[in-house]
Amino acid sequence: MTLQGKTAIVTGGSRGIGSSIAKYLAAKGAQVVVNYSGSQQKAEQVVADIEAAGGKAIAVKASVSNHDEVTALIKETVDTFGRVDILVNNAGITRDNLLMRMKDSEWDEVIDTNLKGVFMTMKAVTRQMMKQRSGRIINISSIVGASGNPGQVNYVAAKAGVIGMTKTVALELASRGITVNAIAPGFIETEMTEQLPEDIKSAMLSQIPLSHFGKPEDIAAAVAFLASDDASYITGQTLHVNGGMYM
Amino acid sequence: MSTVLERVTKVIVDRLGVDESEVKMEASFREDLGADSLDVVELVMELEDEFDMEISDEEAENISTVGSAVTYIESKLGE
Repeated sequence: MTLQGKTAIVTGGSRGIGSSIAKYLAAKGAQVVVNYSGSQQKAEQVVADIEAAGGKAIAVKASVSNHDEVTALIKETVDTFGRVDILVNNAGITRDNLLMRMKDSEWDEVIDTNLKGVFMTMKAVTRQMMKQRSGRIINISSIVGASGNPGQVNYVAAKAGVIGMTKTVALELASRGITVNAIAPGFIETEMTEQLPEDIKSAMLSQIPLSHFGKPEDIAAAVAFLASDDASYITGQTLHVNGGMYM
Repeated sequence: MSTVLERVTKVIVDRLGVDESEVKMEASFREDLGADSLDVVELVMELEDEFDMEISDEEAENISTVGSAVTYIESKLGE
């Protein structure tokens, strides 16, 4: 399986699962645009790591919920690499709170980045992919988008919404050779999940049939598969990568 | 130099695969020329490229016939 000659954009590519996806796609031969919004140094480090391994990458700053910045992100990608074959919508944030304690601002911020951000980048990239008559959009959802999770009403709403958008856009763009799929990670060891209290972590571990947490590379490998020619007949699907935690 | 109508006609013929004789001013993209909604979106995209102009989503919604496309583009070019 190779992604030689393909160009990929990874939103939120500077950290966590996103940086792993960026490096993995590059290792498979793709030219990668590492998008970031705040972590410039980390994004540049990801680019440096990719280049050190013999790959090609650039870092581009853009907030995914900002129309002008997203438009500029796509434009810079096309200006640099000539096309966009793969869009990985990975950028996401959490602002956890119980429903009764959740502030409107916590709801809005998560919906803006995790849901509207996916809409914005898909809309912006579609023009280019329609012209090419090919493209792969891979949206990173979450296990909790399917199962629910107390304390994350905003995050779960966004991640469930991403699955619905994935199906809809898959239907809209199928006739143009563009596939749209989602990946729903389970418990993956990243900075985001490190913040969870130990008791919650051990409770989660007991619910994982494969009895260990996932690694960012587990998600990256699934992204690379869905981005490859091997997955050309798969669209509108949600691939759960969770050690059997939710079926 | 081709007229706006000639250039619009060429884009439509290429995109929708219809015969040039079917591309009349009153022809509707969807009803007469067999376009689906996504075809119309693409058509507008290609008209933007052909005439090097930006057509907003609101304006694009009013472009449903060959004539409305030609009239719109002529008015934009005349500005």
